[in-house]
Parts: sequence; structure tokens; C-alpha cells
Amino acid sequence: MPFDFDAVQINRVSRHFGRRRALSNVSLTLRAGDIVGLLGPNGAGKSTLISVLATLAMPTSGDVRYGGRLSREIGAPLRDRIGLLAHELYLYPELSARQNLDFFARIYGIDPVTTVPAALDRANLADRADDDVQGFSRGMRQRLALERALLHKPRLVLFDEPFTGLDDAAVSIVSRRLQSLAAEGTIVVLATHDLDVADGLVTRVALVRGGRLLADEPAPAGLRSRYRSAIGAA
Amino acid sequence: MKKLFGPLAIVAAALFAIAPFLIANAPYESTMLLIQKIFYFHVPSWVGMYCGLVVAAAGSLWYLFKGSKAADRYAASAAELIVVFGLNGLISGPLWARKAWGVWWQWDVKLTSALLLWLMFVAYLLVRKYGGPGSEKLAAAVAIFGAAVSPFVYVSVNIWRTMHPKTSVVPDIIKNPQGMAAPLLVSMAAFVVLFVLLLNLRVALAERQDALDELYLAHED
Amino acid sequence: MFLRTSLLVLRKDFAIEVKTLEIVMTTLFFAVACVLVFSFAFVKEGQAPPDAAPAILWIAVAFSGTLALGRTFERERYAETLRALLLAPAPRPALYVGKLLGIVVLLALDELILVPLIAFLFGAPMFVRPLLLAAFLACGTTAFAAVGTLFAAMLMRSRTRDVLLPILLYPVTVPVIICGVRGTAALLSTPPDEPTAKMWLAILFAMDVVFVTLALWTFEPLMSE
Repeated sequence: MPFDFDAVQINRVSRHFGRRRALSNVSLTLRAGDIVGLLGPNGAGKSTLISVLATLAMPTSGDVRYGGRLSREIGAPLRDRIGLLAHELYLYPELSARQNLDFFARIYGIDPVTTVPAALDRANLADRADDDVQGFSRGMRQRLALERALLHKPRLVLFDEPFTGLDDAAVSIVSRRLQSLAAEGTIVVLATHDLDVADGLVTRVALVRGGRLLADEPAPAGLRSRYRSAIGAA
Repeated sequence: MKKLFGPLAIVAAALFAIAPFLIANAPYESTMLLIQKIFYFHVPSWVGMYCGLVVAAAGSLWYLFKGSKAADRYAASAAELIVVFGLNGLISGPLWARKAWGVWWQWDVKLTSALLLWLMFVAYLLVRKYGGPGSEKLAAAVAIFGAAVSPFVYVSVNIWRTMHPKTSVVPDIIKNPQGMAAPLLVSMAAFVVLFVLLLNLRVALAERQDALDELYLAHED
Repeated sequence: MFLRTSLLVLRKDFAIEVKTLEIVMTTLFFAVACVLVFSFAFVKEGQAPPDAAPAILWIAVAFSGTLALGRTFERERYAETLRALLLAPAPRPALYVGKLLGIVVLLALDELILVPLIAFLFGAPMFVRPLLLAAFLACGTTAFAAVGTLFAAMLMRSRTRDVLLPILLYPVTVPVIICGVRGTAALLSTPPDEPTAKMWLAILFAMDVVFVTLALWTFEPLMSE
């Protein structure tokens, strides 16, 4: 039976290298259907927390429980339920859009024949499917990377600054996609320092700064003004 | 651990004090006479180095698979001692060879194998220093592979050399032990005790550095 | 699952390489340049010193192998795709095996050109015992690549990866070079010294087993951030 969960518990997670603190005693609960905005300035520890949630990095202390269980107990099946999209996009520039999706589908044990064409359609790249990714614009790559991250229908979806370099149309497409994911019961974590984009999109806010969790609450109406000073960004 | 420093230092000092007398009274080896006596300094250096290898490899394995920071401190300290004791051996060896046979280096099996091991642990230290964040794990891998490859190094260098036999730096003293066993054992004991002392000192230093980092982090809270 | 993942990674690298042949071509010509440099260094009055041919072969393989390792992992570093691979439910050591196979195939292609080239330049009887020579190249290349793939992968996040890779790799792979050179030299002597060659081959094979096993065992802890 494939492993699944509907809540992720982060218990007093810390991560530091020598004197450099990346995360400090962060405790947070993520639930299915939430769009959690991980807000904070650059260097706040958002990316580190995302790495820990993705099981790519181990916390120095504390633990993360997926449906009550630790990642090392669950093993590889846990990774099948996690999707990650970061700034680097994780696409092979020398391969075509179709080849990229095909490869990742197979790695995840998914039949590419049934899933890749639909994904290409959703990304609006069906006509450029066989062109190499290195010829794509940032927006096109972003759309493709989004489909790649969601190909295996993960339960926990982690986005680290996914809106960088996107125009307004692309931003609204991605936002709508996140909302429909949350409606299907996916846990969505969105790390960003862009308050304008987060406003109206996120349902909960986790404010991070200097590796510490400063606030964890339902998203208020005036998100921008409320957190602007806390984040210290324009 | 710190309680051992005093006794260890005293024992080491005592051994180092007795050793020269024993060495001076040891019989001359037939071909090399006085020059051979550097052997009592040269071989124990290797003993110290190989003690370091065991600690470094074991510590690295423990660190990599169990995440024990203490094990990593031991491994890193042992690596430094491998380089130090190894340097001792690599300097005393050629000095001996030069005086005994007129050449500095003749690709002797033991010296060459030791040189390679030494290079691997210099690489270990370079990785720790220049490897960036997470370099402790990379260094641990170097130590593990270094230890795993050393038997192969010895075997392959040995066969490589014996195909063109030349005089060995360490002749068969084992076969003629008369009177040489005692000074050799005392010298080896002295170096091993010195190794243990230095290891503990270095690990204590590393522990203090890590404790300072922890305090620094805690202070920020 | 394990083998499937490795083969998928290999196929993917192959698909990328086939489009431009960048790594194949550049490492091949680098290896050829190595051979020429060493030839000019060693050949005196038109004569190479004895056993120069196997020495130059293995040095060229080691140098171009280091380059190939760096370039292969640079590809995975560029868009952080290795991170995406580590995130997949596939067993992580399978990723290592896939990369290892890719490097071995790449170096094998280079060796296909290097061996005849060296036979040509030095009049060395490289093809007297072709099967044994192939076995030497297979085992030696695998041993070198086994350590190299692990080190190159773990150095990927390091800023000083370009210079650290040779520093770490060469001391550890010296026995591979010794076995390869002396074994190949034994094969090239007249008459070919098969027992000696087989002895060197056995040591090389033992190193293959030890290196690959250690690498499979340590790959996962090394790859976590």
C-alpha cells in the first residue's frame, strides 16, 4: 500500500554549521489543504527549511514527522509523495521538454505515455515539446518545471521562490494551480519574500527571520502591510 | 579525558628520557653501524602514523554513519597526527638512506606506501580547510577510502619494487634481535604514548571550539 | 528498481551526450594531447624509453578521466538536477551506479582511440593479447571511475571542486595506475608474460570490488546536505 499522510509536523528543528545558524527551534504543523506562506527576507532560513522538509538535509536537532512517522522510518516511499520546485528548476537544458518529463516520469515509476502529453498541455508547451529547454524563456521553463514537480501527484508540494522572473500572466497561472492543488488536499508550502504575490494566495503565514519562526497564523487580510516591516523588504 | 593529560605527559617524558640511553647502549648493526640507530626514531614514527590511521578511519566511519560529532573530532585530530608522524618518518627515512646508501630516495616499499598514505591525509586536511560547508563528510570519505586502499598500495608497490630488487631501508633487524628489542620497544612505546597524548590534547581543543560555537549560538537565543 | 534507475540515468546521460558529443570529443582530444606531450617529453632521438607506451596510456586515461568526471557532474550541477534525482523515490546508490556506468563507457570510447594511437606512435604490440588488454582496461577504468564518481559527486557543492578532485583522486588511485601500467607492460613484453599480467589483473579486480562496495555504502550519507 503506498504511503500517504495528511499532516507534517516540524518539531523544534534546528540546523547550524559551526556558528552559522540556518534554523533555530522551528516548530510548525502543516495540514492538507493549506497553502502555507513561508515568508521572510533573504537568508532567513526558508530554503533550509524546505530542504529539510524535502528530506534532502538532516536537521542538527529536532525532527520532522510525516503522518506521525520519521523520514528514516518511511524511507524511499516518502520521497514519492514530495514534490519540490526551487529557483534552479531542475531541468536538463540539453534535453527537450518531452525528454525531461519522460525521464522524470520514468524515474518516479510513472508511465510517461499516459501522463507526459497532458503535462505538456497544462504547461502550454505542446507545440514546443521537442525543442531543447535551453532555448526556452524563463517563463516557459518555469511552467515546465512546475509540471515536472507535480508529475507524480505529490502530497507535499514545496515551492522555493517560484515566481522569480515571471510576468503577471504566468504568476496568476501558477497561483491558480496552487489553489487547485490545495483544494485537492495537497499540502502546499510556498517560500517567498514577495509579499504581493503571497497576498490573497496563502491561507496560513509562517514568518521566518534569522532562522527563527516569528509568527505562525492564518493569513490576515492586509498581508502586505502587516508583514512588510517584519520582513524589512520593499 | 583531561585528567589523563598529566599522567600521559609524565609517562611520555619518562619514556623519552630513558630511550636515548637504551639506544646508545644498543649493539651496532653490522653494516651501517651508528647510522642505523636512526631506526629507533624512524620506525616508531610509522607506528604512530598507523595508530592515527586506525583512529581516523574508525572515527570517519562512525561520523558518517552515526553522525557522531565526537567521532569526527577524533578523526580530524588523528588525521593531523598522521601528517605529523608521517612527516617525521618521511624525513628520517631519506636522511638515513642518504647516509647509508648515498641516495635520498629509492622508492623503497615502506617509504613509498607511507608517502602515499601521507598524501591522502594531506588531502584530507586540504578538504577540511578548503572544501566549504559540509566538508567534514567529504573528508571522512577520503579517510575511509585511504584506509581501504592502503593494503592495495602496499601490495602493488611491493610487487612493483621487488621486480627490480634494491636494498631496503629497514633491513632484517627482526632476524637479529640481540639487544635491539628493548630500545625498539621502548621507543615505540614512547611514540605511542606521545600519540595518545597529542590526540587527546587536539581533541580537547576541538571540543572547546565546538562548545564555543554552541555557546555562541545559544547566546543568540 | 535499482537497475532500472541506473539504466535510466545512463540513458539520460547518453541522450544528452549524443546531441552535442561535447564531453566525448573534448576528453578524447585532451587525451590525445596528453599522449603527444608525454611523447615529446620522453622520446629521445626517435626512441621511447622501454615501457613508455603503457605508462603514457594509463596517465592519459587518468587525466582525461578526471576531466570527464568534472564535466559530467557539472551538468548535474548546472540546474541542480542531481538534487531532483536525490529527491526521487529511487534508491540513491542506483544514481551512483548510473553515473559510474556513464563514465566507464565514456572512457572506454576514449581508450578505443588511444590504444591504436599508442600502438602506432610507439610500435607497441598492443593487440597481441587483445582480450587480456581489454580486461585490464575494463577493470582499471572501473576502479578509477568508481572512486572518481563518488568523489566528484560529493565535491559537487564545493566551491573548490575543480582543484580538489585531482588532489583527492590521484593518491587513492595510484595502485590502480601501478597495476594497470605494470600489467599492460607485462602483456607487451616479448613474449607476453601472461602469469604476471594475470596477477596484476587479479589485484585490480579486487580493487574494483572494494571500491564499488565502499562507494555504494557511503554514497547516501555523503549526498545528504
